Amino acid sequence: MSDSLTADTIQITGHGGDLIEAYVAQPAGDGPRGGVVVIHHMPGYDRATKEITRRFAELGYDAICPNLYWRDAPGAAPDDAAATARAQGGVPDDRLIADVGGSADWLRAQATSNGRVGVIGYCSGGRQSVLAACNLPLDAAVDCYGAFVVGTPPDGFPLQVTNLVDQLPNLRCPLLGLFGNEDQYPSPEQVDELDQILNDLGKPHEFHRYDDAGHAFFSVDRPAYRVAAANEGWEQIAAFYQTNLGG
Amino acid sequence: MCTYATVKTALEGSAKGPDSSWFHVTDGTVYFDHPVHAMADHTLNIDFSAPAKGPGARVAVELTAASARELVTAIEAALASAPREMTGLVV
Repeated sequence: MSDSLTADTIQITGHGGDLIEAYVAQPAGDGPRGGVVVIHHMPGYDRATKEITRRFAELGYDAICPNLYWRDAPGAAPDDAAATARAQGGVPDDRLIADVGGSADWLRAQATSNGRVGVIGYCSGGRQSVLAACNLPLDAAVDCYGAFVVGTPPDGFPLQVTNLVDQLPNLRCPLLGLFGNEDQYPSPEQVDELDQILNDLGKPHEFHRYDDAGHAFFSVDRPAYRVAAANEGWEQIAAFYQTNLGG
Repeated sequence: MCTYATVKTALEGSAKGPDSSWFHVTDGTVYFDHPVHAMADHTLNIDFSAPAKGPGARVAVELTAASARELVTAIEAALASAPREMTGLVV
């Protein structure tokens, strides 16, 4: 398989019919192949997330990362946009769902598409990945250490973040969860709780947990990076998507 | 984790920001969460900003929790050292 790819910045239709920016990366060749929606972390639509998007193209998928802060700060530097979005209260869940939905629609409209689309998110995006998978017709979802899928946010949170326990019965696709055993949000106990809930609901899922890893262990530009966990995690993601998005 | 927690406050003053230009600061946003640049998992982050001038009108500071406390102490000490008639502060 060639590892040639192209990457571009485009506009897609998101929540409310808004045009929002998105970064896309696509392998060379005609397909057919699956697609992946990459949900960026709270620090924004940044270089590291775009590198992740290109990696999915290198793995053989059409990949797209919507700029969830486009409406709050169009054209701004990623860190300035993240600060602006944060000061305005963050990304509402309904807007997130529709922006991911628009991204999935764009992927399925490509001539290279095999019709299957997965989603992946990191940190706050981990919760949003599960949220999307409970509300959209997706084929695979990956939650990388998302907090508040279960558990209760502390009182006084200015962002309207709630856990997703009441939505989990609607989970429409297999879920891969990747977690650090040294993380406190989500804690190992919360990962256990989510695992049990999904077992009780009969929802297909597989969780992998890594010692010597805490939150954000995939982040290559941060001290939280843990090479062993990240390398194994990438292998799990590749296998999971091959099973659920390949062919 | 992303703490999500954000404390906002109105500010009046100036900051030297992008392109070495001064701008009038109207807003402060304070949160303990992932930094963009500092080599720590979490930091105390302060954005001095002027939203009316756009997202780029911002001076960002990312401090370790301990140094943020030291900054608070230093600010309080500096204010306390100034005569009350200069600061206009009651306490």
